[in-house]
Amino acid sequence: MTRAEVQAAVADAHRREWAALLAATVRTTRNLDTAEECVQEAFAAALATWGRTGVPAQPGAWLTTAARRRAIDAVRRDAALRPKLPLLVIADEAATPEGTDDTSPFGGQEDDVLHDERLRLIFMSCHPALASEAQLALTLRLVCGVPTTDVARALLVTDATMSARLTRAKHKIAVARIPVRVPSAAELPDRLAAVLGVVHLLFSLGYAAPSGDALQRVDLVDEAVRLARLLRELMPDEREVGGLLALLLATDARRATRVDPDGVPVSLDRQDRSRWDRTMRREAHELIVAGLPGARPGRYVLQAAIASLHAAAPTYADTDWGQIVRLYDELLVVWPSPVVRLNRAVALSMTEGPAVALGEVDAVASDGRLAAYHYLPAVRADLLRRLGRTGEADDADRLALLLAGNEAERALLSARLGATAKTSTA
Amino acid sequence: MPQYAVFLYAPVDDDTEPEPGAHEAHDRHADELRDAGATLAMFALEPYTTATSIRSDGSVTDGPFIEAKEVVLGFYVFEANDLDAALAVARRNPIIRQGGGVEVRPVAGGEVRSSS
Repeated sequence: MTRAEVQAAVADAHRREWAALLAATVRTTRNLDTAEECVQEAFAAALATWGRTGVPAQPGAWLTTAARRRAIDAVRRDAALRPKLPLLVIADEAATPEGTDDTSPFGGQEDDVLHDERLRLIFMSCHPALASEAQLALTLRLVCGVPTTDVARALLVTDATMSARLTRAKHKIAVARIPVRVPSAAELPDRLAAVLGVVHLLFSLGYAAPSGDALQRVDLVDEAVRLARLLRELMPDEREVGGLLALLLATDARRATRVDPDGVPVSLDRQDRSRWDRTMRREAHELIVAGLPGARPGRYVLQAAIASLHAAAPTYADTDWGQIVRLYDELLVVWPSPVVRLNRAVALSMTEGPAVALGEVDAVASDGRLAAYHYLPAVRADLLRRLGRTGEADDADRLALLLAGNEAERALLSARLGATAKTSTA
Repeated sequence: MPQYAVFLYAPVDDDTEPEPGAHEAHDRHADELRDAGATLAMFALEPYTTATSIRSDGSVTDGPFIEAKEVVLGFYVFEANDLDAALAVARRNPIIRQGGGVEVRPVAGGEVRSSS
C-alpha cells in the first residue's frame, strides 16, 4: 500500500469519524483537551500502522479501539495527577457510574438517533451560554475536527487568539458545567435554533466573506454543508434542519458562477444558469417539498424555498418574483429582520417596479439598524440607476464602497462606478 | 453538588414606582426557592443609593463600586447538577419580567453562618 493511499484513507476516516470518535472519547476522559489528544494520537497511529497492515475493514472501529486505549491510560494518569478542571457533565452518567469506565460499553451503542454522541457534542458546542465566536470555533474544532491553526485561519484571527478563545470556552464548559447532552423536548426548539444559527453563520462567512480578498471561502462553505448533512442525518424529523440543508444546497448550487475568472462577483442576473449544479438543486427541491406542508414553515424552509425558486428560474427576468415576494411576506412573520425586508424590496422591484421598491428600501434605511450594512446602499444604487437617477446612484455606490470590507465586492462596486463615469463622458 | 450564585440586576431608575405586585412576586419566588430545598443562602440588598465604596487608593466614596446603568439588588446561592439546571431555576426569577435580569455564576467555594 502506498503512502499516498494510506494518507487518503486516514484523511477519509478523519472526515467521517472524527466527531463520533471525539464524542465517544470524551465520555471516557470527561475532559475535552485530553479527548482531543487521544483522538489525534489514534489518527497518528493509523498513519503509522495502516501502511504496514493495510487499511482495516472498519477504520472507525480500529480508531475507536485505539482512542479508547489511550483514553483509559489518560484517565489513570490524570487520576494520579489530579485533574485541574472539573469533569464534564455527560448525559446518562447513571449508565456509566464512576470507576466502571474501563469496562463500560464504549462508543454509544444506543441506536436512538436523538442520543447520538455527536449530537450531544454539537449541542454542547453551540450552547447559548458560550459567546457566538466561541460556538463557531468549538463547532469547527470539536465537531468538524478542523485543526486549531486552520480554525484560526478560517475565522480570520491569529493562532494565539484562537487558542486563547478555545481554551477560555473549554474552561467555561468545565467550570460552569455546561452539560454534554441533547436538550429536553421543551428546550429543543430554542437550542436547535442556536445550532442551526451557528451552521448558517459558518456558511454565510464562507459564502460572502466579510473581509479578505476572495468573495467565497470554499472551506467554510463545505464545512457548513457537511454539518447540515450531519444534522439532517441525526434529526431527520426536524423540518428546519431539512430547511437549512436545502437553503445551503440551493445557494451553493450557484458557486461556480458567482465570481468571474478574475474573482470579481457576478450579480445574479448575469450568472450562467446552465452551470448551476443540478444535483444540488434537485436535492434542495426535494427537501423543501418535504418541509413546506403542515404548520407554518420556519425561517430556513422559507429561505430555502426562495433560494430554490431562484435556482429553478430559466432567467433572472423569468423568475417567479410574485411567489418570491409572497414567501418573503411569510418569512417576515416568522423572522422580522430588516435584512429580510431589504431582500423583499429587491423582489418587489421586479413585480411593482423600482420606484415602489425604493420607497421600501428607504423605509428600511430609516429604521437605522442596517446603517453599516453595505448591501443597503448597493441595492439603493441599483434601483436609482434603473430610475435614471444616476447621480444619486453613484452617491449610494460610493457609500456602499465605504462600508464593504471584502475586496472582491469592492471591485464590483468600483467597476459599477467606473462604468457610469465612462457612460457619462461618452 | 455544584453551586451557582444568581445576581439580580435592575436598571437604575429609582423614580419609577415598582409595578403593583412586583414585591409579592419576589416574595413568592423566595418561598419557592426555599421550598425547593436546594437553596443555601439568599440576600436582598438595600437600594444602591445606600452603598459606600472603598477604592484601591483607600478613599471612601458614595454609591456602588461600578458606575453602570444597572445595579445589583440581591443574590442567592443554590445547588444544581449542571448549568442547564441552574439556568432553568434562574429563568424563573420575576426580575426578568420586570425589566431587569440575572447573572448566573458557578461558585468556587464559600460558607454561610447563621447570624447571631
